[in-house]
Order: sequence, then C-alpha cells, then structure tokens
Amino acid sequence: MNETAPAQTGLYTEEMTISVGPQHPSTHGVLRFVVKTDGEVIGEAIPDVGYLHRSIEKIGEKVTWHGYVPYTDRADYLAAMFANQGFCLAAEKLSGIEVTRRGEFCRVIACELNRIASHLISVGTFGQDIGAMTPFVHALRERETINNLMEEICGARLTYNYIRIGGVGYDILPETRIRIAEFLDHFEPIVDEFNRLLSGNKIFIERLAGVAVISKEDALSYNLVGPNLRGSGIKWDIRRDIPYSIYPELDFEVPIGSAQVGKLGDSYDRYWVRIIEMHESVKILRQCLKMMPKGPAIAKVPRKFKPGAGECYARVEAPRGDMGFYVVADGSEYPYRVRIRTGSYTAMSIIDKLSKGIMIADLIALIGSLDVDAPEIDR
Amino acid sequence: MDAKDIYARLERQFPGKVSDFKGDVKEPYLTVDALSIVDVCRFLRDDANLQFEVLSDLTALDWPKEEKLQVVYHLFSYSQNHQIVLKVDLPRDNPKVATVEGVWKVANWLEREVYDLFGVIFEGHSDLRRIMLPEDWVGYPLRKDYVEQEEYDGISTQRAPLVEKLLR
Repeated sequence: MNETAPAQTGLYTEEMTISVGPQHPSTHGVLRFVVKTDGEVIGEAIPDVGYLHRSIEKIGEKVTWHGYVPYTDRADYLAAMFANQGFCLAAEKLSGIEVTRRGEFCRVIACELNRIASHLISVGTFGQDIGAMTPFVHALRERETINNLMEEICGARLTYNYIRIGGVGYDILPETRIRIAEFLDHFEPIVDEFNRLLSGNKIFIERLAGVAVISKEDALSYNLVGPNLRGSGIKWDIRRDIPYSIYPELDFEVPIGSAQVGKLGDSYDRYWVRIIEMHESVKILRQCLKMMPKGPAIAKVPRKFKPGAGECYARVEAPRGDMGFYVVADGSEYPYRVRIRTGSYTAMSIIDKLSKGIMIADLIALIGSLDVDAPEIDR
Repeated sequence: MDAKDIYARLERQFPGKVSDFKGDVKEPYLTVDALSIVDVCRFLRDDANLQFEVLSDLTALDWPKEEKLQVVYHLFSYSQNHQIVLKVDLPRDNPKVATVEGVWKVANWLEREVYDLFGVIFEGHSDLRRIMLPEDWVGYPLRKDYVEQEEYDGISTQRAPLVEKLLR
C-alpha cells in the first residue's frame, strides 16, 4: 500500500459514497440512490426522487374536470387505467353521478387487463434485475398482446384516457371480447411456464429468500399498500374490503405472503403475491366477460361538469396498491385541489430503513420487489 | 365505529382541542387544535376501540381568502375498517405544526412533500428537506398565489406559445 495508509496495519478501509442512478437500469425509471457502503455492505441508501415531477396536482387546478382525465394517465404509465378510475370515482362520488352497469363491466375488464400487464412488467423486470434475462422477454411478449387488446378497446396502448366520468369512452365490442377470452386461455398456461422458468429457479429463490424482510408493524407504519402489504401477511385489498364498482359480485381470492421459501414478508413473498394476482385477474376477467349486461357504456353527464362544493377521497386498488384521489371542489368548473396518493411513494420511503446492512446486490432485489415506479412517486 | 362516535370519543378525551365536526359529508372530518395534533394522533392509533394504525394520506389545502393553510390527515384502520379525516388550520404567513413522524413513520416523506410544495414547517421533523424540487427552488408551487420564477440556474422556465413560434 502507499504512504497514506495507517502505519500500524498497512491496510485500511473507508466508507464509500456511490450514486446509483438516475439512469441505472434497475431503478425502473428515473430515480437515484446515494449509497454509503463499507465494501459491499450498505450503510445507508438515501433515495433521491423528483426527477419526474411534473406537478400533475397543480395541473389539476388549471383544467376542467373532464379535461383532467388524460393527465391522470401520466401519473403511472404502467397502470394508467387505475388512475383514470380513481379520479372518475372521486368526481362521481362528489356529484352523485351513477355509472351505467355496462360501463362498470367495461371498467373492470380494462382495469384487470391493465393489472396483468403491470404485474408482467413488474415480475419480468424483477427477473432481469436479478440477472435472468429470458423471463423478461417472455413477460413483455405477453404484455404486448395486452397492449394490442387495449388498443382495440380504447385506441391507445399506454395512456388510455378510457374511463370517463360516468362510464367509459367506448364500449367493448363483441369481437374484442372474443379476443380477450382467447388471450386468457393462452395466458394461463404461460404463467405456469413462467413459474417453471423463474419462480422455481434455485438461483432466483436464493437471491430473494429472506432478503429485505418487512414486518407487519413496519408495513403498517410505513403505509405500504397493495402486494407489498399483502406480502407481509396482511390480508387487505380495497376491492374486497372497501368495495367499489362491481367487485362485490365477483369471486376472487386475496393472496398473501406465506413465507414459502424464507421469512414472511421477504422479497420472494412480494413477488409471489403478484404472480397469484395475475391468476386472480384472469378469474375476474372470465366472470366479467360472461356476466356482461347490455346497455349504454356511459351515463349522461353534462359537458359543463360542475359538482357542488365539497371534498371526497376515493380509493382504488391499483397494481401498486391503494391509489387515493383526494379531490376538493369549490363549485366551479375546475377542481380546487386534486391530490394523488400513490403506493410507490410510500414504498420508496421504507427503502432507507431496509437498506441498512444489506449487500448492494440485495438493494437491487429490494427495489425490484417493491415494484416502485418513478412517475408514480414524483407525479 | 362511525365518525360521530369517534368525534365524541375525542371530545371526551381532549376537551376543547377538537371542534368543527362535519358528519353529513362524504368524508366526515373534524378540526384539531394545532398544538395537540401529536397527542390526538397517538391516542387515535393506540386506543383499543379506534386503532388507526395507518396514515393513508397527509396533504394540505391552501385557502388564501380565509388566510389559512389546512393540513389534512386521512387516517384509516384496517382492523376496525373505519376512517376519519383530521384537519389542522394554520396561519398562512407562518404555518408551523408538530410532526407526526413519531406516530406513523410514513409521515416523514408525506410531510416532506407538504413542506416542499406548500411550505408548511413540521417542527421536530428529522429530515425536513425539499423532496420533489431542487433545494434552491424559490416558492411553494401548490399555493394558490404561486408565481413561477422566471429562470432557474440560468435556464428559462418560460416558453413562447407554440403558435407564436410557428408564425415567427
């Protein structure tokens, strides 16, 4: 060693500060961590967010109620349908507009397709982060089919602007319904194939089992939502527990983490919950296609939409968990305030705590398992 | 428990500190005295019948006409399946309230966002920095009277309307 090393040992170590991101492939968008490490062990990983802040909440105060729906798409580009639905639910709750029954079915079909697409990205990129390239390609191939179906339903592949106040923009045509049913038949075996390829893979399991365990208490205190909460063993799903839309009529399970390979609440549990949820979404879709009633897809809603003064908070179960829209109206044509509360934001805040003492490679697994999504954090 | 009972329970526990209960709206809310927000929150979390183990959302509303900033807490209980909304009124020129970080850890980030975009100071917060905007940004964007600075670090924040640009 050189002269700067302490004389006693000849060797020395020091804490290193590395910047991970904002363009790191494992950060799923644009976010950055300032990581302080001692060798490969992390002392602290401080998340630095805000790179994608577009002030969607401020925009909400400047556009009309109808005009805001396309902006909500941009809150989370992987699951735009849920942001649409959340905002529309809030507006409907405020004004007392009732969604037509067929509209509700169209919504649920579109949302559950979107959930599968979002979870596919999540588990696919997760595999890629861990070092398994092939499953990612398989996942994206299936998602591509869903994007095609979405294009048939509403004309857009990512930012849908499909769900409107009072219903949906376009009805789902019978031939599209047949194609969705065909896709479901094709997709279910694919999930099993995916499990053989990735979920049961020894390397994958050993990378995740027991890594970044989140206890029930922490999950509640940090307000984790969606699959992250359920991964820690808390059976809570807005679709089941604060039902909205037609979910009470549908039959589906709420999967929770079961510590099947490691500890309860580890990265594998969170991953596994997403895999099961895809199966459940398929189940929901099959029922919806069968039960779909006739009728108009959208209720009669005035062009000049002016709900009376008031406020409400609407929750939807998005792929990244409880998405809350807190909307305040002052009786004018524009919302007074729109607040979007997203699952990724709170999931991101727990990383600082969990990262203490884990390896750098495990940090990547942790970020992937929480399924954080940069646009949804920053809004 | 419904919102009315929760309010009654709070009124008994903290006489004079909670007021303005609105029960006939979509999301019933009540106003809490700014100085006792931490005690009220801790009580709501720990009481065996209330058990609000989750702070769903924390945000703020700006009311320039009434000269006040309102911090809004959405609480939820998974075990009891009930909810309540708390509001704290703060003066607009000097909005200060104690942090509830000690009650729910998620408040750390939620309060940072409110500080960043509304300029509410959360006293006792462990890490009160801007979160969305750069450290040297001027102003609080979600306030109603916010005017964007003309340039940031030598980069203009203004843009000529596209039509004008095309006509030129």
